[in-house]
Amino acid sequence: MRNSPSLFTLSIIGFGAIGQGVATVVQNVPQIKVVAIADSKGVALMPDLQDVLARKRGGQPIANSDLTALDVIRTVDHDVVVEVTPTNIHGGEPGLTHVREALKNKRNVVTSNKGPLVTAFDELVQLAHTNGVALRYEATVGGAMPIVNLIRDTLAGARVLDIRGVLNGTCNYILTRMAEEALDYEQVLSEAQDMGIAEADPTYDVTGIDTACKVVILANAFFDRGATFVDVDVTGIDRITQDALQLARQRGFAVKLVGDVQELTVCPKLIPIGHPLNVSGTLNAASILTDTAGEITIAGKGAGSIETASAILSDVLSLMRDRS
Amino acid sequence: MRISMDLELQDTPGQLMHVLTPISDLGGNVMSVVHHHDKKTFRNTVPVSVILDIEEQTVDELQHGLEQRGVTIVRIGKMRLRARTHVLLIGHIIHTDLRETIDEIDGTGFAEVQDLNLSMPAIDGPSSAVITIMATGDEELKTSIEILRQIAECKDLLIIEPLEERGSPGGTSNEK
Repeated sequence: MRNSPSLFTLSIIGFGAIGQGVATVVQNVPQIKVVAIADSKGVALMPDLQDVLARKRGGQPIANSDLTALDVIRTVDHDVVVEVTPTNIHGGEPGLTHVREALKNKRNVVTSNKGPLVTAFDELVQLAHTNGVALRYEATVGGAMPIVNLIRDTLAGARVLDIRGVLNGTCNYILTRMAEEALDYEQVLSEAQDMGIAEADPTYDVTGIDTACKVVILANAFFDRGATFVDVDVTGIDRITQDALQLARQRGFAVKLVGDVQELTVCPKLIPIGHPLNVSGTLNAASILTDTAGEITIAGKGAGSIETASAILSDVLSLMRDRS
Repeated sequence: MRISMDLELQDTPGQLMHVLTPISDLGGNVMSVVHHHDKKTFRNTVPVSVILDIEEQTVDELQHGLEQRGVTIVRIGKMRLRARTHVLLIGHIIHTDLRETIDEIDGTGFAEVQDLNLSMPAIDGPSSAVITIMATGDEELKTSIEILRQIAECKDLLIIEPLEERGSPGGTSNEK
């Protein structure tokens, strides 16, 4: 199957909230053509995006072929595999195999999936290099907040000395609500679950695992640390009391879950209320310390399907520009 | 009164006796002695910082005694706690002996717990405390936080430290 050379062709592997977000935002880019979408049940080839989005929302199957996700990656001719299956930090599957196979088949990969990157970062970067293709992962850290490409492209003239950040919107929401409304942890957690801000099993977020994954990715991307998840010293927010937050507040501090990339640590920290990393609600923030540009702090929406899809689209568009 | 002294001692064995003897003779209590071997002077002397408690009226006599024994006094003065920070502790703070935790910091000689605010919502539930620590300098403050971190680990308390300021380690605010 050949596509018009002027079109930039994608497959979307994984069709949960983020995959659907990607299918939504690419409709605004006429040069992009989605050649296949894979969900856990099957593959839609040459999908009509509005149609598959409607089917998915209606709980109907989207598959119109006998192919599997791996078949698409290996055999369907296209430029970029958008790998957006759920993160699995224990072994990275199924994303790891998807990413490996895509790179081996000389396809660029854009992913929001932290699993493959925290389990096999160096191997995948090497594999992309060997095959002359790109591996882009802006969406794995900070959602819509640009950090990976900001450092790699815009800050290319500065050496990055350290990165620290509030990198998990769920934790930040919980801590913000507890502090501002004087509510207990359990109560705010239930509220966050009701609002879809926290998962039914919140462990991954509240124990700091998600933040640790982001720390690993940044440490490998910018400090060549060759780190995996187990190298990070992690303390979560699940023991924090409302009283502690009030006591901190009386002294002019907020408590935030901070990931420190150089130190490979994740733990709650006291942050002065006026500090730029003191962002509220589900916002993420990161502070990048450089040798020549000093300290640069960014903040933005760390989660949400359209927000994350915007980061994926930015990676796809930058690959499209590189090709032309 | 708490005194801090910066001294220079010859880099030969037994020199510290020349410092400790006059202090002890005057009833002083040594809190801390730090040899700065890494900062050896060109005169082949080693800078030594000493912190002690002593009666105010004997300070002149002490100074005299040290000089008589050939100890170079670079600086002597009432100790000032310049660096300050706050730390949160969460857990069974009372049951795990709060007094002991404070004493460990105060016992360093270069730092002290200045303020402690405790919140105890229920008998069995975890308490929360914010502790204000003052120390003679940023490094000393860092050391005292490290001590607190070890205590917290032993007693299974969650410790929340201040975000380290870049350029001024320790997350401290210097008070003039």
